[in-house]
Amino acid sequence: MSAEHPGAAHGVLEVCAASPLLSVQDAGRRGLRHLGIGWAGPVDGDALALANALCANPPGAAGLEFAGPGAAFRATRALRFAVAGAECAITIEGRRVAAGESHRLEPGQTLRLGAPEGAVWACLALSGGVATAPVMGARATHLRAGLGGHEGRALRAGDRLALGAETSSPCLRPARPLQGASPRPPESGPIRVVMGPQEGHFAPEIRALFTSAPFTVSPRRDRMAMLLEGPALPAARGHDIVSDATVPGAIQVPGSGQPLVLLAESQTTGGYPKIATIASVDLARLAQLPAGHSLHFAPIAREEAEAAWLAQRRAVARVLEGLVPRAEASLSSHYLLGHDLVGGLFAPEAITGHDQPAHAHADAPAAPEGGSQFRHPKRGG
Amino acid sequence: MGDGALSFQLGEQIDPALNARLIAFAARIAAEHWPGVHEIVPTYRAVSLCYDPALIRGAALEARLRALWERPAPPAPTGRLWEVPCLYGHSVGADLAALAELHAMPPDELVARHAAAEYRVFMIGFAPGFAYLGGLPERLHTPRLAVPRQHIAAGAVGIGGQQSCITSVPGPSGWRFIGWVPWRSFDPGRAEPCLFRAGDRLRFRPVSEAEAQAIAAGAGPAPAPRTAPQPAPQHEPAP
Repeated sequence: MSAEHPGAAHGVLEVCAASPLLSVQDAGRRGLRHLGIGWAGPVDGDALALANALCANPPGAAGLEFAGPGAAFRATRALRFAVAGAECAITIEGRRVAAGESHRLEPGQTLRLGAPEGAVWACLALSGGVATAPVMGARATHLRAGLGGHEGRALRAGDRLALGAETSSPCLRPARPLQGASPRPPESGPIRVVMGPQEGHFAPEIRALFTSAPFTVSPRRDRMAMLLEGPALPAARGHDIVSDATVPGAIQVPGSGQPLVLLAESQTTGGYPKIATIASVDLARLAQLPAGHSLHFAPIAREEAEAAWLAQRRAVARVLEGLVPRAEASLSSHYLLGHDLVGGLFAPEAITGHDQPAHAHADAPAAPEGGSQFRHPKRGG
Repeated sequence: MGDGALSFQLGEQIDPALNARLIAFAARIAAEHWPGVHEIVPTYRAVSLCYDPALIRGAALEARLRALWERPAPPAPTGRLWEVPCLYGHSVGADLAALAELHAMPPDELVARHAAAEYRVFMIGFAPGFAYLGGLPERLHTPRLAVPRQHIAAGAVGIGGQQSCITSVPGPSGWRFIGWVPWRSFDPGRAEPCLFRAGDRLRFRPVSEAEAQAIAAGAGPAPAPRTAPQPAPQHEPAP
């Protein structure tokens, strides 16, 4: 996209350096799964929602999602920006600023982003939003389909993105410090799941194993799915089903017996049995666990999962609606002390670990060559 | 399927009549504009919905689905019929010779058998506009590859198990590919981005490389079905 693009009237964001899987994301596409078009959007939707709110952007504004160190940007106009979803080393011309609140970036200044710390996916929002041309109703990049965002692909150094119209707002911060720059109430404990739709393909002892054994987050992940390691979960009725619909959160079990959890860029149909579905309340928490983390699954009823999700949505809405101006002078020591700038454990293998095929698919399995943890889908043809 | 999606499933087999009823059922659900329902996906054997539990709970949605399913419905219409140009063999259909050898028939015979059948688009899924086709002659059923390949072109005509397919975007696949359709079956810039719809019927018309390249270059008429959807006959199709 060049500066002559009509959208460039409101300024341009230049990508000086790209981090892994840096892509344009908005809330994603809805209502098109019957055409094979998945939602895309951020892996952690609350990250973009908070980053947008901190920039006084509408909730549907497009920002950038990233998953590793090294991104750097310059803009041709002054703007406010915010990083959310994870703590992260952020600098403006070398000066460190915090995630989870918005800051001003002057024209020509360099903004650098470190890797998400103690998490995997973070979002950068910019006041006015990224104004790439919407494709089928959204700006979200679907990397595998080569759809949306900037030329349907992950961003590279040298890319120039049109910005939307600047709005007037002070820099903002949450009323109370957040943990990990996420608006979700902190949760620990097992990852809740709703069993099915194909739990009947697994013997009762395998279903019991699924809900009692520890599983470990493998480095094999991308925006489409994450692979878990643990005891094999053989399907008594075989690992090929007549293809049916899939959704983000579905836990597919391919022939390897190793479960893989579908994420924001989930394909719309699949041919592997799905032993359970991650409860929506815990899907982003799971997706944010760095490689090597151990977890357990706990089955809950659908009604309980719905209620937990709705309660979490209310809690997130309260954080987003309660943002306050970030006047430097009014910062209380309580706020500063409560703000964990260092964040949680940073697992370097989460970024540099060796890649295996993140997942396969009965209909079109993927088996890319080794490389970084994150696959960079390429468009062929 | 968790707390934001559910599947209304009717059987586990590949059955054209059941698939037709499900596609028609999905259209009836869409016409009712149920609050909170944001995806309606007919598949081989189910209709899957995504819903917002803030607007409707899964249990209530299941009850609505059952009630609608039990209401009498007009018979499912017959889908549009397409005559789809296909360049068999060559670079995209590079598996043709090996597949013919596997089935102990000359490549020409394999092409003739593949092109003689009428296929049904059972569903669109996996990738944007990817058409899952039923109706592959039994003689051509072939297991998927153990090791998938990474770069299959858009428009590739594949065989996987008892199904055929037309790919829509480039990507990896474990299917075997025997031809290339020089139409763009998915084009986000088009008013109707996906050429094929679930329920459509299609036949392949073998074309020469010159004709395929001309079609790909935009010569000739835009892709269009040969027939519009036709009302169903007045009797229920045999199950």
